[in-house]
Amino acid sequence: MAEDLWILGIHMTKFGKHPDEDLVDLASEAALGALSDGGVTMKDMGVLAAGNLLGGVGSIGQLLQKQIGQTGIPVYNVQNACATGATALRTVCMAIKAGEAEMGLAVGVEKLSGAGLLGARPRKDESGEWTRSGRLGAVGGVDGRIGTETMAGVFAQVGMEYTHRYGGTVSSAFELFARISEKNHAHSTLNPLAAYQKRMSLEQIMGDVMIAYPNTRPMCSANTDGAAAAVIVGDAALRRLSLEQRRRAVKIAASVLTSDPWTEACQVLPDVNTLTRAAARQAYEAAGVGPGDLDLVELHDCFATAELVHYDNLMLCEEGGAVDFFESGAPWRDGSTPVNVSGGLQSKGHPIAATGIANVWEVATHLRGEAGQRQIDGARVGLAHVIGLGSACGVHILEKAAA
Amino acid sequence: MTTPTQIPFVDFLELGDEPHLLAEECTECAARYFGRRNACASCGARDFHRVPVATTGEVRAFTIVTFAAPGVPVPFVAAVVDCDGTSVRTNLVDVEPDADHVRLGMKVALTTYATGTDEAGVEAVNYAFRPVEG
Repeated sequence: MAEDLWILGIHMTKFGKHPDEDLVDLASEAALGALSDGGVTMKDMGVLAAGNLLGGVGSIGQLLQKQIGQTGIPVYNVQNACATGATALRTVCMAIKAGEAEMGLAVGVEKLSGAGLLGARPRKDESGEWTRSGRLGAVGGVDGRIGTETMAGVFAQVGMEYTHRYGGTVSSAFELFARISEKNHAHSTLNPLAAYQKRMSLEQIMGDVMIAYPNTRPMCSANTDGAAAAVIVGDAALRRLSLEQRRRAVKIAASVLTSDPWTEACQVLPDVNTLTRAAARQAYEAAGVGPGDLDLVELHDCFATAELVHYDNLMLCEEGGAVDFFESGAPWRDGSTPVNVSGGLQSKGHPIAATGIANVWEVATHLRGEAGQRQIDGARVGLAHVIGLGSACGVHILEKAAA
Repeated sequence: MTTPTQIPFVDFLELGDEPHLLAEECTECAARYFGRRNACASCGARDFHRVPVATTGEVRAFTIVTFAAPGVPVPFVAAVVDCDGTSVRTNLVDVEPDADHVRLGMKVALTTYATGTDEAGVEAVNYAFRPVEG
């Protein structure tokens, strides 16, 4: 059994609009913040993994090094859809577990404010003569002619499929999903780093612009700028650090990454369920905890319709019981299993490559007892989840544990 | 040889008197796919044969898209239809695009429609599903 891993330092920028900062500025702020939080410097890092998905800069890790410290260490630039940040974190964990480094830095950064509808590509000019192209041999653009390729539409179908399968008592799927969004917007009012900190009524959410039924605009993740970073350390190196550094270290009880296994319909509608369920199962087993032990959960609510299915996928409820779980009040911050007390992607914001580490930051901050007015009192165990379409799923379970 | 006046919008649509979809079925494990394959994602086998897909089914998931990319007309109903065990991605047509008229579990049947004519006068014909009684 390899040594335990710990989060020594972690930081997230405020999510929102940062027009005067570029990708490297944001990544630097997060990275330097995490190093400072851990009481270490770039000279202590044995590995760097950095993620950016849509910025088009390529080697974000090396660009970051040029601003904060070129020390010659191995750098991994990772991309894994919305699980990019979690993948960077896991890359550092693997390097330490493999004995190639004692300490490492993971960073995720994205500039996304004003990005609009993700997944939507303008239909090409179709003048001229029909020509077949692609694996489907289509003579024109498929999006809108054979279903939808927008993320809002894909995840709308994911949620509707769940209510079809299990929601026998759901009188209004639209209202159910809007109420999930109402919860997350309410939670965000306590989070000063959230892009939006505005409580929204059910009427406001349901009456806002419809994007893809049943997801209205406030039920979709907010495209924002932001970055998050974490310093990971192995047991042996942690023991050499100061008492204060050890006291604030948070144990990574499980770090899991899965991809989509084959299921009957997964190539028609991405299956976000099977891989998430597998990741959760592996994470609980590795951590030696169960869903009932979790004091808080940050899950990938890229759309209100996604949050519902992940209650079930993360086994926070009985299989098929996500609607009842939500109706019971369990995922509210004063409920039995608080979910997305940060405000979630719908109101905190979703700078894609930063999200995986930001979710870990939220959980770690509660376990340290440093979450201010939104603190979940006495939090000792928490789970951070992200999913990237394509598909990748990252699950990290963190524990407050004296090192 | 005469130029066809109609062509299917995608390779896996067969036109004619009884239009239907054709899936690539793995000869080893019977997993079904639409479009060109390199190997089976389920079992790894490399041989496929084309099989007709049932032309009726049931709506398993849907959304009504009201915001889409430039050039994509909205609103439209996107859905996943279960055709006798084979999942098909599609649009639903001949139904009002609102939640009062589209419902999960709705019975639907394959239909075709012209989706455009090119400069040579060839009409591209696409598939969709429409509600049926039952």
